[in-house]
Amino acid sequence: MPHSPQHPTDVGRYAYDAVDRTFLKQRVEQFRDQVERRISGALSEDEFKPLRLMNGLYLQLHAYMLRVAIPYGILSSAQMRTLAHIARKYDRDYGHFTTRQNIQFNWIKLEDTPDILNILADAEMHAIQTSGNCIRNVTSDQFAGAAQDEVLDPRVHAEILRQWSTLHPEFTFLPRKFKIAISGSAQDRVAARFHDIGLLARQGDNGRAVFEVYVGGGLGRTPVIGVKLRDDLPEEDLIAYLESVLRVYNAYGRRDNMYKARIKILVQALGVEEFRQQVNAEFMAMDRARYRLAPAVVEAIRARFASPAFEDVAAAPAVLADQKQGNPAFAAWVNANTHPHQREGYCSVTVSCKPAGGIPGDVTSAQMDLLADLADQYSFGELRITHLQNVVLGHVRQDSLLALWQVLSANGLGTANIGMITDIIACPGLDYCALANARSIPIAQKLSQRFANATLQQEIGALRLNISGCINACGHHHAGHIGILGVDKRGEEAFQITLGGNAGEDASIGQIIGSAMSEDETVDAIARIVDTYLVRREPGERFIETCRRLGAAPFKDAAYATA
Amino acid sequence: MPLLENGQIVEDGWTLVQDDQSLPDGDILLPLSRLSEGLGRNGQGRLGVVLKPDERVESLKDALPRLDVVCLTFPIFRDGRAFTQARSLREHLHFKGNIRVSGHFLPDQYEFLLRCGVNQLAVPEGTDLGVWQKAHERITIAYQPSVLNEQPEGFAFRRYLSS
Repeated sequence: MPHSPQHPTDVGRYAYDAVDRTFLKQRVEQFRDQVERRISGALSEDEFKPLRLMNGLYLQLHAYMLRVAIPYGILSSAQMRTLAHIARKYDRDYGHFTTRQNIQFNWIKLEDTPDILNILADAEMHAIQTSGNCIRNVTSDQFAGAAQDEVLDPRVHAEILRQWSTLHPEFTFLPRKFKIAISGSAQDRVAARFHDIGLLARQGDNGRAVFEVYVGGGLGRTPVIGVKLRDDLPEEDLIAYLESVLRVYNAYGRRDNMYKARIKILVQALGVEEFRQQVNAEFMAMDRARYRLAPAVVEAIRARFASPAFEDVAAAPAVLADQKQGNPAFAAWVNANTHPHQREGYCSVTVSCKPAGGIPGDVTSAQMDLLADLADQYSFGELRITHLQNVVLGHVRQDSLLALWQVLSANGLGTANIGMITDIIACPGLDYCALANARSIPIAQKLSQRFANATLQQEIGALRLNISGCINACGHHHAGHIGILGVDKRGEEAFQITLGGNAGEDASIGQIIGSAMSEDETVDAIARIVDTYLVRREPGERFIETCRRLGAAPFKDAAYATA
Repeated sequence: MPLLENGQIVEDGWTLVQDDQSLPDGDILLPLSRLSEGLGRNGQGRLGVVLKPDERVESLKDALPRLDVVCLTFPIFRDGRAFTQARSLREHLHFKGNIRVSGHFLPDQYEFLLRCGVNQLAVPEGTDLGVWQKAHERITIAYQPSVLNEQPEGFAFRRYLSS
């Protein structure tokens, strides 16, 4: 097989070589063959289903949906243009960024899928393991490699996990799906405690990384906050330890009931101590040399990521300060949508995919192309998809922000609402999904309109609003400060409200405050909940803090108060 | 049922013994519950055990040196417990005999089975060997180590898969 290591050119992204490209092409041909065997009848639909799922292909309410992997959310501009091309040629001119940092195309034809996968493979992309009962796309911090508070770049280890989990011979027919998140910062921006495995890295004593390992967290029908299994896992044992966890899960996770099959149920059933003991027993018994993650391996992977060629822009902060002075709308956007960077004079920009009245996470082909152009112009050709369904330009000069903002604003991408009430997470809901009880999108759009006023949003401040169309919780409603859950109330779409969820280091699960209401009643109720916060908050207190201090009662009263 | 072994379809000379059947001579596969009976057998022939997905491979530990075959079962192809059982037999218990699978599995799982240490597959009569051959040759690279200790490729955990 040809093997030609080359110098990596794409910033922030793992550079494929000929071996990786050959593998992807082989995978495409394998799927093409599986589609043919399905059509010929050699494979039953029951047999074909997990095979197509592990290539990202779902059957939704009206059509097939293809979920394309964006490993740890990182894309090159060329890859973004490929996604735009697919949206334009094979879908309805748009795509939808997901909470696993992936992209979904909602109107795909089965027979087009092998060709689409082939186009993706040409761009070093795939849809491998974006669905199915296997290890899914590993998610990471959207500010990886840029954030000031980072102790290491988690993308290197996320890539190691991506490779290790790809077509893993033992863990591809697990009891249920398995989601891993990894952060290189102590500040948990990846919801580590709501993952099957969450990894938080820190610098160890010998200069190499160690990991806190959380296990058994998750949302869905049974929301659970993950428990810490290891405090100081050495880097070289990362793969061995994850193998151990997965082996215990694969052997003993429940297979009789899909709603009780996630690892969180096993951890609860065994108890944390017993689960830890079983993992440790496996870890002690295994051939650790075989799975050892040697420093040389880590360095070989790291070497395939190109770094940005930063310039000396010491004057940029002063330029920015000056530009903000005379332009309050721009200043508001900078305050809400930028994040501190490791390099002086740079920052990371979060481009909001949540315009007033828009569909959270939906982006048109034209917007994808524009984002690719802007990435080339302003951020070394690199883009990141966030698990909050926005797009990040990781490395932008502060003295370029004004020009960037002007272009974004002219194209419906300039909304200054990151972390605010209209930065809504929503699942596809009953508009697309066969599982949903209610439509998530219309209520998201109404709420987005209701709170669209920039001054009002700033006044409300940090508030996470998450919407799921059913109890499977793809919109992470339990993790929202305010959550909305779509239910079926005697054949009508209705919504319950949860309060007090949070996904960070102080993770908590939102609790339902009362009976379900109609879409419009729910929008009004949330407005009254927010009003209650504005009246009752103490100076500097965020919504979640007021919520925790006062408890649900005053908010519940407000929600169900009728004029 | 014939066996798929080393890329060939071969005849299976083993007798699967049912729960209530007396032990015949020859090569026999027993349920785990009858293992001790098999070990005490006077007749000629080799011995193997059929393990269900919820039976622990560790229970075979003492008997393994006297077993020629451990047969793992797939009640349905989605039930992946046999992968972990096979890998444990090879990696933890250093079993050098034959690991067989029977039940419902797919050509698309062939490579995974091999890489977990399975070397005999009980396949239906009339199985098209070409489909399995193709499945085996389709992917030539792996991204993680396995009990087969394949040759490393380039860097990281990449391995060449033999065809």
